[in-house]
Amino acid sequence: MSGLTIEGVTKKFDNITAVEDVNLHFKTGEMTCFLGPSGCGKTTLLRMIAGLEVPTTGKISLEGCDLTRVPVHQRDIGMVFQSFALFPHLSVGENITYSMRIRGHSRSDREDRARELLDMMHLPGVEDRRISQLSGGQRQRVAIARALAINPQVFLLDEPMSALDANLREAMQIELRKLQQELGITTVVVTHDQTEAMTIADEIVVMGNAKVLQTGTPMDIYKKPVDKFVAGFIGTSNLLPARMAGKDMVRVGETELKVGHVVGAGTGADQDILLMTRPEEVFVRPTDAGVPENAVHGTVSFVRDIGATIEILVDCDGHEVISVLTPKDWPDVRIGDAVTVEMPAEACTVLPA
Amino acid sequence: MQQGNSFTRSIGLIPSSVMIGVFFLVPFVLIILTSVSVPSDEGDYQFGFSLVHFERFATWFYIERAFFSAGLCALIALLSLLIAYPFTYMLTRFGPRSQTLWLIYILAQLSLSEVLIAFSWQILLSRTGGIGNILAWVGLAESSFAMTPSAGAVLAALVYLAVPFSVLLLFPALSRLDRSLTEASRTLGASPLRTFFTVVIPVTRPAIISSGVTIFVLTLGAIIVPQVLGKPEHWTLSVLITDQAIFNFNMPFASALAVVLLIISGGVIVAVTKFSGGRS
Repeated sequence: MSGLTIEGVTKKFDNITAVEDVNLHFKTGEMTCFLGPSGCGKTTLLRMIAGLEVPTTGKISLEGCDLTRVPVHQRDIGMVFQSFALFPHLSVGENITYSMRIRGHSRSDREDRARELLDMMHLPGVEDRRISQLSGGQRQRVAIARALAINPQVFLLDEPMSALDANLREAMQIELRKLQQELGITTVVVTHDQTEAMTIADEIVVMGNAKVLQTGTPMDIYKKPVDKFVAGFIGTSNLLPARMAGKDMVRVGETELKVGHVVGAGTGADQDILLMTRPEEVFVRPTDAGVPENAVHGTVSFVRDIGATIEILVDCDGHEVISVLTPKDWPDVRIGDAVTVEMPAEACTVLPA
Repeated sequence: MQQGNSFTRSIGLIPSSVMIGVFFLVPFVLIILTSVSVPSDEGDYQFGFSLVHFERFATWFYIERAFFSAGLCALIALLSLLIAYPFTYMLTRFGPRSQTLWLIYILAQLSLSEVLIAFSWQILLSRTGGIGNILAWVGLAESSFAMTPSAGAVLAALVYLAVPFSVLLLFPALSRLDRSLTEASRTLGASPLRTFFTVVIPVTRPAIISSGVTIFVLTLGAIIVPQVLGKPEHWTLSVLITDQAIFNFNMPFASALAVVLLIISGGVIVAVTKFSGGRS
């Protein structure tokens, strides 16, 4: 099978299970993000792909070759560490071509490659500087250049943006994505930042408590999360407790709503479920505008107008529903007004409670 | 604000400055004065200025002793680093519990006096003692033999003294070494051994140099081990100083030798600092 494959991988440290029975396949040339809260095992999984940890059970293979027991230095990988891990005793150029020096490339080859990589990373002319003379953003570019120096088959990044400030982070996300697409290299990024994952990934692997919770394209995961954990982790979600009332119908309090998407387990007839909607897909209407189809009743509890968007918080039987609108849809409601919240069927997802 | 701070800081420095002044600077000045003193009719010597004791040093016998001392101590520094560095590197990879136990054991080692260690090695290396008999028993030697007094015995005992110091001097730098640096090196294709030589050693170079210099200076002052385990031709400058001061009552010449010793240590420290400061 082409690409990188993880089969039944479990990692235990003493009696703590860091990664439990993970099965994943990474297509060649795609970018995958491991997304999850800290301590969910995503870094351990990445380190097992790198070979820095050995799985307790399971198998990791690349293009059909079993990598599980291959030592780190014999794997064809490039890795960017959270702290960048640049060698303080070497110059920028020597850092970038360290892997070539290890493999015995000539000095002139190494110097040419260092220049080429620095040009690619928009950092020309710094090869003779010391690492301590570089800014955080420059260090990250050098770390990426170093990992790519020998054109590895797999490119791994462990929380690559966490050491950068917010503005730089967004610019680097876009740059990293462009670079990856240009090189067409199989890439795995670990992050706890959902915006970052949505920006750069072809495929997101959401992890929690040592397990893979959901795998899919960013939009798949955003629109059809499998449970409330994933829904809460990716974007903002409104969760209303409800009960199944027939096929594609749920009952919220006294109101019946049609739903567009029902997630498998725990959602049979008459079962308690959660009705999930995204803030930008629900609309607040004043009660005097008539009762739209598929709507719940509530009271406005807060209005946050930040110019580009308006957020309206509605209290529906003690549960908060957020609606994010653009100014042109502004329903002109005030705190304390009774309103209806329209939830179009295709915007409603049923999740197990 | 700034001035008030520096004022309080100066007050805080007074006790330690007085201590250092009284107990280090004054004796130091006295030694220098004694080393250039002139003979006197009423006592052994009186303060004055004469280089006669330094002229006595400037004979081949004493110059050769100085080179021998410096060479021996450099060799000891090198050997103890060769033993202590890999050990300390492994130690930093152990769990915190075994690290603590090892460090306590090494500290306990330091509490043994030089005298005790010198005589223990004398017994260990004697004809009737341990090692000779073991060698004879396993058949590596025809019969047990004495390995002391000899230069090798001096070297072994001084290295034994220096290794715990080296470990303690290297430990902070090696335990602070960022683990991700060695991991990065591994992902870039370097084997563990290659990583050790191309990353671990260069990154901790300042600590290696400073502990090497410290060991050099420390062993330069050792007097008992060379005396107990060495022949007179293995005596270092420090032994000769003791000899002059205690047995020949020649304080001025002992002081002159001490000044020479000080110049050697000082010279090594300055040279090494300059040399190692060159790149950064």
